[in-house]
Amino acid sequence: MSESDDTTADGPLPAEGGPTEEAPESTEDASTDTGEPDDAFDMAGDAEVSSGSTPLEVEGLRKTFGGIVAVDDVSFDVEAGTLTGLIGPNGAGKSTTFNLITGMLEPDAGTVRFNGEEITGLEPHEIANQGLARTFQIARELEEMTVLENMMLAPKGQIGESLWRSVMPITREAVREQETEQLDRVWEVLEFFEIDHLADEYAGNLSGGQRKLLEMARALLTDPDMLLLDEPFAGVNPSLEKRLLEHIHELREEGYTFLIVEHDMDLIMNNCERVIVMHQGRVLKDGTPAEIKDSEEVIEAYLGGEV
Amino acid sequence: MSADEIDDSDGVRSLFDRLLDGDATLVIAVLGAIYLAYVLAGVAFGYGLRGQLNSIANLTFYIGVFGMLALALNLHWGYTGLFNIGIVGFMGIGVYVTALVSKPPVAQGGAAQVGGLGLPLGVGVIVGVVVTALFGLLVALPALRLRADYLAIVTVAFSEIVRFTMMSRTFQSYTVPDTIDLTVAGVQLFSFDPAADTIGLGGGGGLILNYPDPLEALLRTLFLWEPYLGFVGFVQRTLIPNNPKPVIDGFVYGLLLLVGVGLFYVLLSRVGKSPFGRVLKAIREDEDVANALGKDTDRFKLTAFVLGSALMGLGGILWYSSRGSITPPSFRPNITFFIWIALIIGGAGSNTGSFLGGAIFAGLLYEGPRYAKNLIETAFDLGDAPGNFGTAVAPMASLDPVPFVLYTLDSVSQLRLVIMGVVLIWLMHNRPEGLLGHRKETASSVDLSRPGGRDASNAAAADGGENR
Repeated sequence: MSESDDTTADGPLPAEGGPTEEAPESTEDASTDTGEPDDAFDMAGDAEVSSGSTPLEVEGLRKTFGGIVAVDDVSFDVEAGTLTGLIGPNGAGKSTTFNLITGMLEPDAGTVRFNGEEITGLEPHEIANQGLARTFQIARELEEMTVLENMMLAPKGQIGESLWRSVMPITREAVREQETEQLDRVWEVLEFFEIDHLADEYAGNLSGGQRKLLEMARALLTDPDMLLLDEPFAGVNPSLEKRLLEHIHELREEGYTFLIVEHDMDLIMNNCERVIVMHQGRVLKDGTPAEIKDSEEVIEAYLGGEV
Repeated sequence: MSADEIDDSDGVRSLFDRLLDGDATLVIAVLGAIYLAYVLAGVAFGYGLRGQLNSIANLTFYIGVFGMLALALNLHWGYTGLFNIGIVGFMGIGVYVTALVSKPPVAQGGAAQVGGLGLPLGVGVIVGVVVTALFGLLVALPALRLRADYLAIVTVAFSEIVRFTMMSRTFQSYTVPDTIDLTVAGVQLFSFDPAADTIGLGGGGGLILNYPDPLEALLRTLFLWEPYLGFVGFVQRTLIPNNPKPVIDGFVYGLLLLVGVGLFYVLLSRVGKSPFGRVLKAIREDEDVANALGKDTDRFKLTAFVLGSALMGLGGILWYSSRGSITPPSFRPNITFFIWIALIIGGAGSNTGSFLGGAIFAGLLYEGPRYAKNLIETAFDLGDAPGNFGTAVAPMASLDPVPFVLYTLDSVSQLRLVIMGVVLIWLMHNRPEGLLGHRKETASSVDLSRPGGRDASNAAAADGGENR
């Protein structure tokens, strides 16, 4: 156990090629992976530098469902290495905005740029492969798969995802090797999130909070530059909430960028550098927590708008 | 049956150990029980060796085909969650294409009304499987973009279209010209003298499969035909004096089907225990999640569907190509539902379970009722059954149940469907996950226990990875 404790303290989540060099020992195994994941990550890293400090830029996003305008001309950007909160009362369009960014929904108008490249209208898997990972509002673990299977699913560039490579006797050996390498990282991340004791459980048997942890751990294994968390604290007990927040802060210090949708205003105010407030499909206010707190409009939206 | 464990280079000894305490024991126990029941039934009927062999061969045949098809369906439903209820359509395409490719040209065929291309049976089988795969692609391309229930509708419609196409007069027979020339601007590009005189699907009358017997074709390819005939001669001299060849043929074909099941199992276990299989499982659980994790789910669904369809085509070929003829009514949707019942009994998601489900279905529900009927009739000499339901029920008023029992027994082949339905309802209530559906069959090519050996003692690894 001592070994794992050490790595946990150092932050065992290698943002390989990312902004920090803090976890050299754990980057090793990940970088010995066969070509693809590294390439993908390097590309993302380069792009991040070239586009300056805003990996995510959303401009003029609009989405209507029938006659209802769910998201109306929403524009904002997210700075690299920050924790940005997206808040608003029920029905403000936060989750829709999220789904538009991650490709689950296609916008009627507007653009989304990630690391300088336009990703508007791409398929969710294409967006995920560019390094933009997401979690879901209601944790969507893969119930009848074990925690380990959930985790092993996530890494990018798995050669065994090709049918014939997995089946042919000659190529299967390489698949096994890559999976063995991947496994180390999977266990590290499980230990980091302190859910390694649940590794063999079906994900469906986990408690709500544990599912949230699993979902975040799984998203992290896709080697993202940026994580979009949709209400990560909903239905999570206070002690677990504290733990999740610690994890998020730790990861941010390692160079990950976060955009968090949240209901709980205090939580966002106390933890984010920047807050975007949405109301009735529009961006109401965009600024530091202090600015938001002083804003008349925001107070009105929250006190007057919510039923 | 745990042939996938060959993967692990743990050495022969541990392989042997795991075979013993793992799936193999279960499979052997279940098969042993079924076969024992059939042999005992044979004894009760007073079968000689010939009769016993016949009965065993017949049982093995159905265990083999239902085992294979349940395994193929498990890839669709158990792994990927693709609701395919058009299995029989793929089976039909497989065997019809094989027939068209391998039937001799009609002039030599004599009895058959339409001919084929006259190519070797091996070629026919390969073409049959490939064409089935292509049809799988055709069905999947539009349907997989829709939600699960639409795929079900599309597949069942497809299988009925296939059957009606087989029956259609339009495709019944087509006279092939003596030579086919392709001449463009006065230049002959291509001239071909087709062997076939007529070709077609045979309409409602079906196709007579007048190509060489599949068993003979296979053994000839393997240069085992002469030894085989020698063996048959030996049996004739020693055990069964009166024309033993059909009996032995059936028996050996059954064994070959079991080998086929083994190959299906190895292939599908490898598919399942791999990153590919893991993505399939993720699609089954929640496609959006798999997509959000960067997996191109459409591609995975398509690949899995096409592979499963091809295997269903092969299953159809192995089922029907050894028959004397094929007719469209053999490809009604009830076959599809038989295979579904087999999979539900065995437990969707488990390959071993799928095979066991196939075996149990074949032994108990498909062939069993007929044996039970014969057994009861042998045990109690009850006389003739009444001709209709009225005469069967009327004596009940005077507390004489015998005519009703006789009538029931006499209609057992129709009642088989009722029995299957009852079993299905019972399963749904009491064990919806089937025999082995509850098991963790980890979708990974390697053991996922914690590396570094802290708690990765061999036993823990074996238990943690599987069979829970």
